[in-house]
Amino acid sequence: MDLALLSAAAGEHGGTPAWAMLAYLISGVLFILALRGLSSPGTSRAGNRYGMIGMTIAMVTTLVTHVPMIPGDAFNSYVGPDFMTMGEIVAAIAIGGGIGWVIAKRIAMTDMPQLVAAFHSLVGLAAVLVGWAAYLNPEAFGIVGADGAIHAVSRVELGLGIAIGAITFSGSVIAFLKLAGKMSGAPILLPARHVINLGTLAGIIALTAWFTQDQSLWVIATITVLSFLIGFLLIIPIGGADMPVVVSMLNSYSGWAAAAMGFTLSNTAMIITGALVGSSGAILSYIMCKAMNRGFLSVIAGGFGAEAAAGGGAAKEQRPWKRGSAEDAAYMLGEAEKVIIIPGYGMAVSQAQHALREMGDLLKARGVEVKYAIHPVAGRMPGHMNVLLAEANVPYDEVFELEDINSEFATADVAFIIGANDVVNPAAKTDKSSPIYGMPVFDVDKAKQVFFIKRSMGGVGYAGVDNDVFYMDQTLMLLADAKKMVEDINKGLAH
Amino acid sequence: MDFISILSIFVMACFVGYYVVWSVTPALHTPLMAVTNAISSVIVVGALIASAAAGSASSKWLGLLAVVLASVNIFGGFAVTARMLAMYKKKEKK
Repeated sequence: MDLALLSAAAGEHGGTPAWAMLAYLISGVLFILALRGLSSPGTSRAGNRYGMIGMTIAMVTTLVTHVPMIPGDAFNSYVGPDFMTMGEIVAAIAIGGGIGWVIAKRIAMTDMPQLVAAFHSLVGLAAVLVGWAAYLNPEAFGIVGADGAIHAVSRVELGLGIAIGAITFSGSVIAFLKLAGKMSGAPILLPARHVINLGTLAGIIALTAWFTQDQSLWVIATITVLSFLIGFLLIIPIGGADMPVVVSMLNSYSGWAAAAMGFTLSNTAMIITGALVGSSGAILSYIMCKAMNRGFLSVIAGGFGAEAAAGGGAAKEQRPWKRGSAEDAAYMLGEAEKVIIIPGYGMAVSQAQHALREMGDLLKARGVEVKYAIHPVAGRMPGHMNVLLAEANVPYDEVFELEDINSEFATADVAFIIGANDVVNPAAKTDKSSPIYGMPVFDVDKAKQVFFIKRSMGGVGYAGVDNDVFYMDQTLMLLADAKKMVEDINKGLAH
Repeated sequence: MDFISILSIFVMACFVGYYVVWSVTPALHTPLMAVTNAISSVIVVGALIASAAAGSASSKWLGLLAVVLASVNIFGGFAVTARMLAMYKKKEKK
């Protein structure tokens, strides 16, 4: 470490100038405002701008306080600014920024869940790399003691940061592959997986403790490898529709990884951000679990849907149901006074949101009251349906949450279910043996007429349970691709 | 800063996060995930420090790689959030 720089920094915390610490604090506060803005769509855009300003402040402050220097000889502490390295840093930002920008502009809104998962994996990997960089060059991070060893506290922070980052990375890669359909969404169950997982976790914790005593390379390398492994093992047994919980959980982890690195660097911007993102992901996971009436541990343990599907297949009885046509649906929708539309993942799969909005417009032109009802776990990530409807120009004040609209089904003429299944299953209210028992569901059985768009009668929902709504007197099954069916209904409504 | 000061900031920030996130409307949960993703890339601060420091070539290259990854997230995360938020519109008054 440079003696001249050290003395210059004396009196200031950890070598960071006071103005820089203030700047980091300001960027932390701006990040809080960014999330605060999301309390309503009207203030959200300003919030996003606060976030961008905060990030700019944090990056510029770091660049200005850490100008790369060419190290000198015994007489001069440095030869001069290292323009080569500066160029490399600018190039790195430009390359990454360019890639990110292009992806953000091109991505289809239906692909948002896998995009978020992919982005999480990058934060995780970045945390691992920063952790390793700090381990290899601890002087640069100001975490070495007088004896040349890394501070014990810093070692724990590094170990945790690398471990959480690695779990975030490999877990998010699996979540991405599952969400993008590049890997089967079905749970993959290894024998004795709980024992393997707990053993690996215990190993990581023990090694992190050992790391405080022995800062050898093998310790941190083993922590890294085991953490990559556990991230992978934790996510493969979790099925597709539990992905909202998984994506939220990984969101939370990416925050904790940033916070751990913030501790290492005594950086307030990183610590505040880490805490914000960590709590955000944790709260979203909690909301999702509650909306499915399942414990967080049961979701994380995985395997949901696998057993139920296997058991349900044999005892399936044939019950009478009615098939409707697009013309029937168009006629009855046109005569209705109030229609409530319940979208689900199937709408996203068939990209039916634009056709659906057109249907809403045609109905409104006839004086029909149209509302959209969104279940918290509809789709593959929190708020997935809301984004798709917003993309299709559905005004957000026509879109309602479960608890706000559920009492209205009694006064609705038509409940229009498109690509949803488990979230309207009355078994959740009545059948104690059902795997979805206790999950809050839409009371579609109270509506006078139910239209249920579904690809075929064969498939069951994610939970693998039959749905009594199919067989109700007032239900007409519209068996077709969701987009095709809605377009046909629109033709019927147009004349 | 000493460990206790940092820990205090962290604990307070967790509480702030708790109350701020509960006030986020469920309709904006997807943009919330996208923007938290972008801001968690503030880890770029660590990556920049590693990239700028002399003394270890391997540390510098790891840092530069982390700068690339974090920048993908920063630019991509904020841009995609802005794109989503621009779509949320109120009913037009006729």
